Amino acid sequence: MKPLTSLTSSCVVLNAANVDTDQIIPARFLKTVERHGLGAYLFADWRLDGQGRTRPDFPLNAPDAGGAAILVAGHNFGCGSSREHAPWALLDFGFRAVISTGFADIFRNNALKTGLLPVTLPASAHRALLEQLSESPRAPVTIDLEAQAAILPDGTPHRFPIDPFARHCLLNGVDELGFLLGQDSAIAAYESTHSSPVCTR
Amino acid sequence: MNSARTLFEKIWDDHLVRPETESNPAVLYVDLHLVHEVTSPQAFAELRSRGARVRRPELTLATMDHSTPTTPRAAGRLQVLDTQAAAQLEQLETNCEEFGIQLFGLDDSRQGIVHVIGPEQGLTQPGMTIVCGDSHTSTHGAFGALAFGIGTSEVGYVLATQTLLQRKPRNMEIRIDGVLPPGVTAKDIILAIIAKIGIGGATGSVLEYTGSAIRSLGMEERMTICNMSIEAGARAGLIAPDDTTIDYIAGRPFAPAGAAWAAAVARWSQLVSDDEAQYDRSVHLDATSLAPMITFGTNPSMAIPIDGRVPDPAAAGSGAERTDLDKALRYMALEPGQPLLGRAVDVVFVGSCTNSRISDLRQAAAVMRGRHVAPGVRMLVVPGSRNVKSEAEAEGLDRVFMEAGAEWREAGCSMCIAMNGDQLQPGQSAVSTSNRNFEGRQGKGGRTFLASPLTAAATAVTGAIADIRALS
Ligand code: SF4
Repeated sequence: MKPLTSLTSSCVVLNAANVDTDQIIPARFLKTVERHGLGAYLFADWRLDGQGRTRPDFPLNAPDAGGAAILVAGHNFGCGSSREHAPWALLDFGFRAVISTGFADIFRNNALKTGLLPVTLPASAHRALLEQLSESPRAPVTIDLEAQAAILPDGTPHRFPIDPFARHCLLNGVDELGFLLGQDSAIAAYESTHSSPVCTR
Repeated sequence: MNSARTLFEKIWDDHLVRPETESNPAVLYVDLHLVHEVTSPQAFAELRSRGARVRRPELTLATMDHSTPTTPRAAGRLQVLDTQAAAQLEQLETNCEEFGIQLFGLDDSRQGIVHVIGPEQGLTQPGMTIVCGDSHTSTHGAFGALAFGIGTSEVGYVLATQTLLQRKPRNMEIRIDGVLPPGVTAKDIILAIIAKIGIGGATGSVLEYTGSAIRSLGMEERMTICNMSIEAGARAGLIAPDDTTIDYIAGRPFAPAGAAWAAAVARWSQLVSDDEAQYDRSVHLDATSLAPMITFGTNPSMAIPIDGRVPDPAAAGSGAERTDLDKALRYMALEPGQPLLGRAVDVVFVGSCTNSRISDLRQAAAVMRGRHVAPGVRMLVVPGSRNVKSEAEAEGLDRVFMEAGAEWREAGCSMCIAMNGDQLQPGQSAVSTSNRNFEGRQGKGGRTFLASPLTAAATAVTGAIADIRALS
């Protein structure tokens, strides 16, 4: 996982509520055994028309969307399926953070584990951000993970919540597996006092 | 201090390898890890690259369901959709062999949808923690097991350590009392709940379903309810075990036997929420007032009684909800105020981990018996597992469906998820017993109306969305 400490970038705005992971990456692209190269299928059915041509009215296709590392999304982003292919596709497309007023649980977990930062802002700050971006679409936003703050184009900082452990992992570019493998003796101790209810063999 | 605990808290406490602190989430032990072909290959690859082993292969079970074809076997073999799907299935075989994991592959008579086979085999038991790289893992909560979906990174963590890092979710009660009217099923209950609390209404929470209406349901109906907990954003859904649960598990292949059975039953009987236990929130619903439900929009919370009218987005004000509704009606080609009854459909799909068990097929068959699928309508009936398929065939349900003009298919996820060859064509409409009506879920440009097996069957014979209560 690539570490993330602070990020300043322009944004793409996709202000729809309840964007589900079937939209982020449709199921027909999940027949892969790889985790890379999925950016090509990001929002495939919204970004491309029936003939595979880009739809000019879709925000990700806007001329000034290029190079944006922050997606500003609507409420309950990432609901639905548990596919980690959704954050993989967003990362592969070039995003490092998604700003919303709320994320679906599994999506948020998956994002944090793959190095995509979900930033939850209060509705008022989210609204202010949208207003500022509609005035100057290329205006940069800074996300400072160290300080746990999103700094809007007008310079106002907004603190966002993040689990301290997930923050530690992102800042240092380490995943949870190392930590869990380090729990070996505690896990063995648990196993010695708790017999398993089933055996699949 | 109040020491009374909810069912969720009891299971949670019992699986703590390490409790959570401010800086660290809890380390939670996993009793059963279910694996399928789509969300596991990258996790096994990660294990390999780290030189890690699978800590408890005997607590792990794999099956093939998502990219599995359901077209009837030709000369005993299934025809896999394409080379990519075939490679994914082969990869699962290789991984299970290399890491010593039991696999119910395409040639195994126990193969089926992951959330159908766990309970069917008696592997899903009260008080367990169960995870799978699949959001509908909540299904297993019907047995009083804490069961939830995880992503592929977490699949890797569980393979390597049998544990997960978790923050304790909130706990919400959904109490449903009263007697269900005729024609109203478990599917209608859960659609009504999701419509009431909203698609994100249970985010961050584990739901516990209580009340007399829940107690009166069989296990398969309880699974239908817990299955769709995720559609309200819940982490998991739970129903406390009772005699219905115990009777269902008894005698299944992986159920405890002999002295272990009595001990297990004694343990399970402790698995109830204490009288004084506190939920973070409670929601009540009266079963008596429910009607068959159907979705009209593009997420499962957009549901109405079958004889209702499509809501007017303008009534939802001017915010995100209105935009969401407007967009949904445009996609579904519906007008505000329009009734759904009588709207023609192209396809009827009976299947998925929500409604593909024997009781679902019996309900649909009871409607189909002596009737015929309406001209121009394609009906697929897809059993959830090979066991369900043989059981249905032993009862003659396959003949009922085929004589009615429906397709009787092999077990798998089928048209619930358009990645195995079964899918809608652009612009087609379907009444489906599955769980998601997201745009394109059943095929690019396809339009999904979610409903119960009874409503699906009534629609198939009518050729248009129909009210089972009005079918003579
Ligand atoms: S039937 Fe549908 S929801 Fe259930 S596991 Fe398969 S794809 Fe997922």
